[in-house]
Amino acid sequence: MKRLATYRLLAGALLVALLLAGCKTGHQFVKATEFKDTDKIVLTFAGPVDETWAKNPANYSAYAQPDPDIVLKVKEVALSPERTQVTLTFASPLNTKDPHVLSTTNIVSEGQDLGAATLTVKKLYFGVLLSILLGAALINNFVFTKYIGLCVFFGTSQKKGTAVGMGVVFTIVIACAAMMAWALYQFVLKPYQLTFLNIVVFIGLVSLSVQGVDTILRKVNPVLFKAFGVYLVLVIANCIAIAVPLILADNEYNAPESFMLALGAGGGFLIALFLMASAREKLELAKVPATFKGLPIAFVTAGLFALAFLGFSGLSIY
Amino acid sequence: MSATTKSNTQLVLDGILKENPIFKLALSMCPAVGISTSVMNGLLLGTAVLFVQVFSSCTIAIVRNYIHPRIRIPTYTLTIATWVTVIDLVLAAYVPGAYKAMGIFVKLIVAFAIITMRLEMFACRNTVPKSFWDGIGMGFGFMFGMVVLGFVRELLGSGTLLGYDILGFRPLLFFVLPSAGFFVVGLMMGMFNWIEVGYNRRKEG
Repeated sequence: MKRLATYRLLAGALLVALLLAGCKTGHQFVKATEFKDTDKIVLTFAGPVDETWAKNPANYSAYAQPDPDIVLKVKEVALSPERTQVTLTFASPLNTKDPHVLSTTNIVSEGQDLGAATLTVKKLYFGVLLSILLGAALINNFVFTKYIGLCVFFGTSQKKGTAVGMGVVFTIVIACAAMMAWALYQFVLKPYQLTFLNIVVFIGLVSLSVQGVDTILRKVNPVLFKAFGVYLVLVIANCIAIAVPLILADNEYNAPESFMLALGAGGGFLIALFLMASAREKLELAKVPATFKGLPIAFVTAGLFALAFLGFSGLSIY
Repeated sequence: MSATTKSNTQLVLDGILKENPIFKLALSMCPAVGISTSVMNGLLLGTAVLFVQVFSSCTIAIVRNYIHPRIRIPTYTLTIATWVTVIDLVLAAYVPGAYKAMGIFVKLIVAFAIITMRLEMFACRNTVPKSFWDGIGMGFGFMFGMVVLGFVRELLGSGTLLGYDILGFRPLLFFVLPSAGFFVVGLMMGMFNWIEVGYNRRKEG
């Protein structure tokens, strides 16, 4: 019990450290900078700032880091009542994926001149990773919102045990395959301009990693292999296994982002399989019209799940 | 299964009706659900699948006597991947708009179970002409399924066909929603079963 508490404390401390690391800005008087909605940047100061200085939009200028030539127009400035927080509203929506550079003229606080500041505003990297993970698992669930991997989905969602086995094996394999695909894409295909070979290379890679996991599992843990070995073959036939490398190559994800995408895809597949298996076990007992027995009714059930998953589309983190 | 004795016409007809990849074999369901929102999408992806199926079938039929049985599946996969790369690049170059609408599904043809299955079941045991006709049948069967689905969803969802306004209003917007794909495929399968059961009963009675 005590050990668990220690672990929790450690994990909490790690989380706080990660969050704090993301909050570092460029000026000692500016405590934090962050995006709000799609067109706002919020600045938090260590003390109250002068109202006439803060409310003048001409005192701020901002640009997105990839293209410094385009200066973004500040439309409106709002100051909080305690004069420590400034909200800048921009004329057009910001691409919050890119870090932005915000520079101000000399900050005036209580009549004192504190010097000019050049600040970077960016999403917390931790948040970006989390949003990729949840995005792949729930918001863009591969089975229910992207309609990929249906063959295996309908094939293995008849029993809960099978569903969990397939989901777990799939997650492991896809994580391995995605990391290898990322390395191969970044270090071989891109430098040698072979990106048009994407499909051939990735399908080979997926088959290879399935074979690899198969061999390793057989030697290391025969008991586990007996339970999960049958699902390994099915992974190759799963469209998600080839879709994940293609997506991470298209979006130019880096290593941690690729890993999160793979985990999300695997986790989302596991969730979908488990939900579907629970529903289909109940369907076995229901009186279904003869023509709808089996696959047809499973499709209609999946349609209801897909409608429910539509609700996740409003979910957004950071 | 040894070499087929069916005639060429029979092979094509079987692919479209008796062994229809979508409604009968229930393979390659992902595009059937995902992008069957319009007839145009169905036609385009159908063409792509037809191309890949015919060319892979012929390729495998040509080299069928030289493939060692133990490495046949990897051989199939690589053959399919090559032809998918070809059609992917061609579509991206000549019809960029439609290619974008189909998104990742063109690339995913590589993982369609139907193509691998036909190579394993048919092309590795039959001559090139027979495999060619079998590929044509399967490709058109897939296209037929996609077009039927697209027809229903486009007509009911947006009241148009191939982009032309037919009804002048939108009966049920629900059908162009992505999740409606599951319902339409499920109902269609049920309908096909119902027709088959009725047909068989009439033949007996």
